[in-house]
Amino acid sequence: MAEELLKLDQISQEFGGLRALDQVSFVVQTQDIFGIIGPNGAGKSTLFNLITGIYTPTQGNIYFKGENINHLPPYKIAALGIGRTFQNIRLFSTMSVLDNVLIGGHGITKSGFFQCLFSLPKARKEEKQLRETAKELLNMVDLYDKKMDYAKNLSYGEQRRLEIVRALALHPSLLLLDEPAAGMNPKEKEDLMQIIRHLKQEMNITILLVEHDMNLVMNICERIAVLNYGEKIAEGSAEEIRNNQEVIDSYLGTAHRI
Amino acid sequence: MDSIFSQFLDAYTMRIIILIGINLILALGINLVTGMTGQLNMGHAGFMSIGAYTSAICSLNLDTPFLLSLFLGAVTAGAFGFIIGIPILRLDGDYLAMVTIGFCEIVRVFFLNFEPGGKAVGLSGIPQDTTLSFVWLLVLIILFLNYRLNRSRIGRAMFAVKENEIAAEACGIHTSRLKIIAFTVAAFLGGLGGGLYSHYIFYISPQDFSFTKSIELLNMVVLGGMGSLPGTVLGVIILTIAPEVLRVVAEYRLLFYGGLMVILMIFRPNGLLGGVRWYDVKQKWFKMKSKTTKEG
Repeated sequence: MAEELLKLDQISQEFGGLRALDQVSFVVQTQDIFGIIGPNGAGKSTLFNLITGIYTPTQGNIYFKGENINHLPPYKIAALGIGRTFQNIRLFSTMSVLDNVLIGGHGITKSGFFQCLFSLPKARKEEKQLRETAKELLNMVDLYDKKMDYAKNLSYGEQRRLEIVRALALHPSLLLLDEPAAGMNPKEKEDLMQIIRHLKQEMNITILLVEHDMNLVMNICERIAVLNYGEKIAEGSAEEIRNNQEVIDSYLGTAHRI
Repeated sequence: MDSIFSQFLDAYTMRIIILIGINLILALGINLVTGMTGQLNMGHAGFMSIGAYTSAICSLNLDTPFLLSLFLGAVTAGAFGFIIGIPILRLDGDYLAMVTIGFCEIVRVFFLNFEPGGKAVGLSGIPQDTTLSFVWLLVLIILFLNYRLNRSRIGRAMFAVKENEIAAEACGIHTSRLKIIAFTVAAFLGGLGGGLYSHYIFYISPQDFSFTKSIELLNMVVLGGMGSLPGTVLGVIILTIAPEVLRVVAEYRLLFYGGLMVILMIFRPNGLLGGVRWYDVKQKWFKMKSKTTKEG
């Protein structure tokens, strides 16, 4: 059943004198596809960086599965089960597609330096599991045939897919997607929606995404929060957001009000 | 063992082969921290120096057996790597390079004034225990372990830190710990190489481990290809032999050496074997072979 997975409680973030986020609160339930929209500079990416531990909030608390994760470093938050992708793709570009996914699983493997150096049973077992997961995941997004290609040689859409799969190698319970459809053509966007639905339905992953493509957001998100100048101005279902006067004025414009 | 080699190798060739082995151990350390993890280390000679002096002093004053002296030298260097690694690995790029140069100089000046190390005169009469077979046995072990490491989660994570630190953190990689591991192991290898060096050359002085030595070792890794094991081996072989071959041009030696580096860097900016994967080589070769069999 639906439970609270991620809870932001009165989060504020200041950079010098600039208040990038102001008292933002919302709750993401398990199995949600939760969208965050808003004009450029509204604080969407800042929000992602707060959740993943790159910044520590100036005020407020972030809870993941009931645990306060305010002060945890990024690598620990990743290991807890929050995977993410980046707005500007950050792949390990001169490494193979397969290696990218294998590195993605780093946070859930434990063998240490000497275990790896001498290839002790534990390290070998983990390596085998990692490779099996990687094969499964790459097959899911049709990239297994290209597993030995350099990540930088993939097409744009493939790189986006690889980044998602890399995040999935952590077996996350929450996946943050930062503008996953940016720069994609309509066909690729359609595929992306398929993948996101698959993640929710087959893999029980909760998804939090930031996106500018309203078609995609309105289609797949069950709940949407709208940010404007660092403040949350609305939250609700796609239908509610589409008809919210303040959201229309500040972001959507009238064209969407059909 | 070495008596067998000396039957068909003259002393000069044996000396070069031993030096290649020692340089390889040193360069593999730099490859680990700079080539794989991407942290520019220009102070490797400092660790080499610590290892060389520690092991030499142990052998001379405490009469410890060769293996123990060597081990103590390497561990001391490794400990220094760990201790200074913690604060300085917060820096990156040029800043880290500056600090490591500083460290190298501090170590040099320290030994210049260090009474048990013979001050500026250095130490002489160190037992010449380093043999060709022993050096190369160590080289093979280290190469093998390094190869293993490259194919494990830790090795991959090191490459990931070099490629993109933010993405690496998002994958659950504790980047600062990984950098410290790489730095410590590199320092250990530096100390090991230093110990082998002092027990081969049998005379050491602080001038042997100047900043120039660090650059020379770094050059070998850069020339071969950062992060590439076969590249590092090739780079070390070329740059250890080059000064010997270039003896014919006498005082123009350094000119040739410099020119060679410039030309190589223009045509192969990633180093000779940088970015070359065994997988691609195999693919290409296989394709060529199947083509010729088809035609035949």
